[in-house]
Parts: sequence; C-alpha cells; structure tokens
Amino acid sequence: MLNFNEITAYLKDYDEEPISLMEVCGTHTAAIAKCGLRSMLSDKIKLVSGPGCPVCVTVSAYIDKLCALSLMAGNTVVTFGDMMRVHGSQSSLNEAKSSGASVQMVYSPFDILKLAADNPNITYIFAAIGFETTTPIYALLLEQAIAKSINNIKLLTSLKTMPAALSWICSQNSKIDGFIAPGHVSVMTGSEIYHAIAEKYNLPFAIAGFDGEQILAAIYTLIKQKKSNKVVNLYRSAVNENANLQASALIKKYFVEDTASWRGIGNIAASGLYLKEQYNAFDAGSFGLDNDNNLTPQCRCGEILIGNLSPNDCPLFGKACMPQNPKGACMVSEEGACFTKFSYERN
Amino acid sequence: MCVAVPGKVLSINGTKAIVDFCGNKIEAEAGLVQIKIGDSVLVHAGCIIQVLSDFDRDMLLDILTEMENA
Amino acid sequence: MKITAIHGSGGRATSELIDKVFAAHFGNEILNSFEDSAVVPSSGRIAVTTDSFVVTPLFFKGGDIGKLAICGTVNDLLMSGAIPKYLTCGFIIEEGAEISALEKIALSMKNCALEAGVIIIAGDTKVIEGNGGIYINTTGIGFVPEERTVSPKNAQEGDVIILSGTLGDHHCAILSARLNIENTISSDCAPLNNMVTSLFENGIAVKAMRDVTRGGLATILNEIAHAAHLGIEIEENMLPVSPQVSALCGILGLDPLYMGNEGKFIAVVAQKDAQRAVEILKMHSYGAQAAIIGNIINGESIVSMKTKPGGKRQLSVLLGEGLPRIC
Repeated sequence: MLNFNEITAYLKDYDEEPISLMEVCGTHTAAIAKCGLRSMLSDKIKLVSGPGCPVCVTVSAYIDKLCALSLMAGNTVVTFGDMMRVHGSQSSLNEAKSSGASVQMVYSPFDILKLAADNPNITYIFAAIGFETTTPIYALLLEQAIAKSINNIKLLTSLKTMPAALSWICSQNSKIDGFIAPGHVSVMTGSEIYHAIAEKYNLPFAIAGFDGEQILAAIYTLIKQKKSNKVVNLYRSAVNENANLQASALIKKYFVEDTASWRGIGNIAASGLYLKEQYNAFDAGSFGLDNDNNLTPQCRCGEILIGNLSPNDCPLFGKACMPQNPKGACMVSEEGACFTKFSYERN
Repeated sequence: MCVAVPGKVLSINGTKAIVDFCGNKIEAEAGLVQIKIGDSVLVHAGCIIQVLSDFDRDMLLDILTEMENA
Repeated sequence: MKITAIHGSGGRATSELIDKVFAAHFGNEILNSFEDSAVVPSSGRIAVTTDSFVVTPLFFKGGDIGKLAICGTVNDLLMSGAIPKYLTCGFIIEEGAEISALEKIALSMKNCALEAGVIIIAGDTKVIEGNGGIYINTTGIGFVPEERTVSPKNAQEGDVIILSGTLGDHHCAILSARLNIENTISSDCAPLNNMVTSLFENGIAVKAMRDVTRGGLATILNEIAHAAHLGIEIEENMLPVSPQVSALCGILGLDPLYMGNEGKFIAVVAQKDAQRAVEILKMHSYGAQAAIIGNIINGESIVSMKTKPGGKRQLSVLLGEGLPRIC
C-alpha cells in the first residue's frame, strides 16, 4: 500500500507535463496556505484559487445596502465576522459601526432568534452570504422563526451555488486541468453534482476535506486522473454520493434559483438563490443588487478570482494593497487568495 | 467558506443537541440530519450538517493505492 | 453598594474608599505615608513600563482585571531583564461599579503582587459617568542587574527558542466567557518572576525574552526577528497547545499562533543551554509544558514554520482582526 511519504515524494519530484489545479473553496485556499502545501509541490504543479470565498464574490452593491440598513434607526445588522471589513463603494460595516450603526457579530445565525424575540421593536437583518453549505442553515432558521412567530428578522441574501460557476470557469478556456472540489459544500450537495461538468469538459474532480493529507491526496488523485472525467470522493467520512435530503427540501421550500452577480466576474445565470415571493416579509431587499463598482481601477481581483492571474500579477499586491489597507475583496477576506498569499506565502 | 469541525453528541433536546469538542460544550441545531447520542458529527455555523462515519488514513491510502494499480 | 460620583470628589468619601478598598490591601510603609510622591532608593539602570487594562468581563476563569494589571506590567519588566520592585496603580471607575467587585479586585492584586515580589507605592482613583466599568493602569519600576543585557540584538544563528507553555489560553478563556461557551479553559495569567529568576540563578545566559501577549506568538517572533536582523524557524509539531484550546480555535476559525497569553514567554538561549533551560522551566507549575520550538537562522528577518504535513509557511504578524470566522 502507498504511504504518504511516497505521495509527497511523488508530488515534489513530479516532472511531467505542467498541470494547473483549481480549488473553489475559501477554506481550501486558507488550508493550503496554512499547511504550506505549495512548498511541497514541484514547480510543475500549479495550485490556483477559484471564486470560492463568499466574501470575495459579494458585489459592492450588497455591502452598500447592508451598511445603509445598519445605519437606519430601528435596525440591527447581524453578521459573521468575515463581513465586517469588506468595503462597498462607500464604506464597510466596521466603519458604519464607528459612525453609530447597530452591528452585531455572531458565530451562529440562530443567535438572531433570541435577539429578535427579546427585542421585538428592533428589526434584525442577517447578512446571509454563503454557498451550499450555509444556505440550508438559513432555511432552517426561517423555518424556526415562522414556527415561533418571530417576525422581526430579515435576510439580506448573497447566496451562490457552485455548479453554474464551475461551468462558467470551464467555459472560459481557462487552462485548468482539474478541480479540488469543496468538502463541505459536497456534504450538502453530494458528489453527484460534479458528474455533469466533469463529463462535459472532460475534467477530473477530487472531493477533499481540509487537512493537509486530504488535500495532498486530492492533488495526487487529479494528476493520476488527468484528462479523464472521474469524480473521486476522498472525504468519505462526511460526503456521500447523494445530497442531504432534508437540506435539499428546505432549500426548495424557501428559495428559488436565478442569476447572481459575482464580484469581479459579472452575472452568471442560475448561480444564485433568492427567497421565494411568499417569504418577501423576511427579505431585506436582496434582489437586483448587481452593481459592482470597482473602487480601484488597477485592482485585479476579478481575474485572480477565476485563476487567470495570481496575486503577484496584480500591480497593487503588497504595495498599495495589503491586509491592513486592502483595495479588493481578495485581500479583505482572510480566505481570499491575496490575503493568504500575503500572510503565508510571500517569501 | 465552510469552517466546520467534528464533535461528539452528548445530549439531544428537541431540535437541538449539545456537542462536545474536546471539552468545549456547544449547543447546535440538529434539524438537518438524524442524530443519536454518541454520534460523531460535523458542525458548521452552529448547525450539525453531517453524522461522520469511520474513514481513516489507511482507508484513504487504500483508495490512492487502488488508483495507482488501476 | 455601588460607586457614585461622590466617591470621586476627593473628599471624605474618596478617602474612605481608598482606605477601605485600596490601602487595606496594598498597604506598605511607602504607600501608608500618603505623601504626594513615593521616594525610593535606586542605583544602576532602572526599567520602567506602563500598561492599561480594560478587559471585560472583569472576572474570568483563572483571573480578573486586577491580576492582569499586576502580571502584565511585572512581566514586561522581567522580559527586559529587570527585577521588578514597585508598581503604581491608577483606577478609573464608572459610576455604578460595585464596591464589592473593587474589593475582590484589590485583594487579587495584593495576592498577585506578593507572588510577583512587588509592592504598590503610589495610586490614583477617578470616578466618571458610566455603567459600572472598571479600568486600571499600572506603571512598573524594576532594576536591571549590571551584568544583564537582555535584547534580541544578542541573538545569533543557531540559538534556540524556548516557549514556556501552551498557547492561547488567556484569549480563549476571555472569548469563552464573552460567548458563553462551556469549557474548562482557564486564563494562564501569571507572574513570570520565579521562572525568569530560576533561569538566571542557574547560570543560563538568557539572550532575549518576550512575553506572548496580544498578537500572539507569531507577532512576537516577528518583533524579535526584526530587532535581531535574523530569521526564525519554528516547527508546528513542537508547539504546545491544549486540545481544548485547539478545538475552540477550530470552531471559531481562529489560530493559536495569533492568540494572546498572559503568563507565557519565549526565551532565546544558546544551543548548549537549551535542554537545561527547558528542564528548569518545567520544575515550575507555570512552566510544566515548556518546550523548544525552533531556532534563530541567518538571513532575512522572516519567521517561517515547518507545518505538520511537512510544508513550509511564513508566519507574518497578526494581519486580520482575529474575529471568529465562519467562512
């Protein structure tokens, strides 16, 4: 049986055709950087970050709306930590907060239920961003709010789905030879969602968890399965072939699919989820937020997000754009390609 | 995009469960999967998203070895 | 009974408060003379440092704001090679604060000062409008023995870096209290004087020291690398982190390398002294998990780490905000 020493030696010594592999999950971007995995690979293996960081792909119009809502009397915006520093075209939630906006950070969206029940005169608006891993959780939240007759909560959604985005990347003639598929998205969707894309574009997918060994195994798999349409599930403790039925049912009940606007990319059909009309009362105005003002013309986030450029190729990287003074979303988010490059791999 | 960690179900109370993460006891929602006490589960954003099955390093290496031999 | 504006008036209520709460616990010959300034003898090089403490909650597992106020300043003096002797202590108290809470804090400070071998020789109390908050400033004075120079500039290639114990405990204890997470993580808030003294008394040539506070180990190591104009390489496998802290960081999306401690330090020593230094630290209860974590290397002032899977990664200073993440 193979052991990991042999696998790491293989990857370090790989000397065949250069290969470019994309991961589409911000948590993978961060894990690869934190494990220093690039230093373990031959120069002929290129790891590219795709648009898998929900903070990075949220358009400026969404942030603007969120900040505006937070500054209105009677509102409190509730959010994960990730969203606090991102700039829209005017400001960030952090800046709005220091101007008097009511903003509360939470670990779990369900915390909003108690807040809303205890303070019926305040409207609590959750910054509902995420991919397939998190969307069912928002649906479950609404299910509970309705059951408990809690009416003073709303969601401002920026919910995106992987398959359409993956197809779009493949259709752009990008030189990607394979995908490291997102582990926790796959927990919800099942590994079945990648088959159609794998077959259409003849590209392999390896579903991986988030520790070093899982990701190394995925890279090894994709090299061995080069030029095939295989979908290999390496994260078998958590991922099955089929979707989580309860999650799928909840999404179907509360959300409808439509075009979504991806920061730095533009509109992708059937890549977003929006609350159904009958749940309008729980929506804070999520539809039609597609304006994406590029604050800094030289910012290359859009091309970095689809793997056409690496952070080093951006003229602002490490000079005008750094974590303490970010110009684009890829540097703001701690899972952005630029932030992780700057923090862990600059040298 | 999906920070999620494994823990063990200590107790269940309706749609909620107390999950132990090496001594940190956290209440999580349990509305997406069927769980029982003692299950090893994955928790994301305060919600249990999967019951974990046994799959260790050797099993992973088995898959890779099979691929090598194919 | 609560603090009100009258306690800050400078009149009888103020002196009663000082007598009952502060002098009662901090009393010593110098403080008790109640002069406008404390006059103390000195010789040689004096080390001075100051710090303010604004933590909430005021009381947490393993400590309180008072204990922090003593340890934080005492430890800063120790890290410069000084022997801490005196502290001053200023309180800013918001109306509504419980006098019983102040008493608890003062008692805690008294006990910690005793352990740290320092006395409080001057103080001040102010009362402001507010909601019961309590804030403390301490300034510390110590004396540096003639033969000691403790500075990163002493570091040389091949020197060893020792960490006195587990990472992230204090920060995690505070977060757990704020987020109401049930666990047994306790702040590691502690005075480091006994450990530091042991090292010197046993003839260890301590080249540099830093306590691992806000910003975490990674930030501190970067400061040392820059001051020394040398590089640092550490190994992830050698870092002591408790499983509970590790799991909590996993849940919240935080990294123990960037979490603050209040009772841990790193020491840079020559290779020949390294093993003995670790053994000396391990003889103390606060140093039970002491470990060698890496080396000083030649080259640019970069801190890098060999990761568990076998890769290499750079450790920058804390760049994000350390906010709990989900994504």
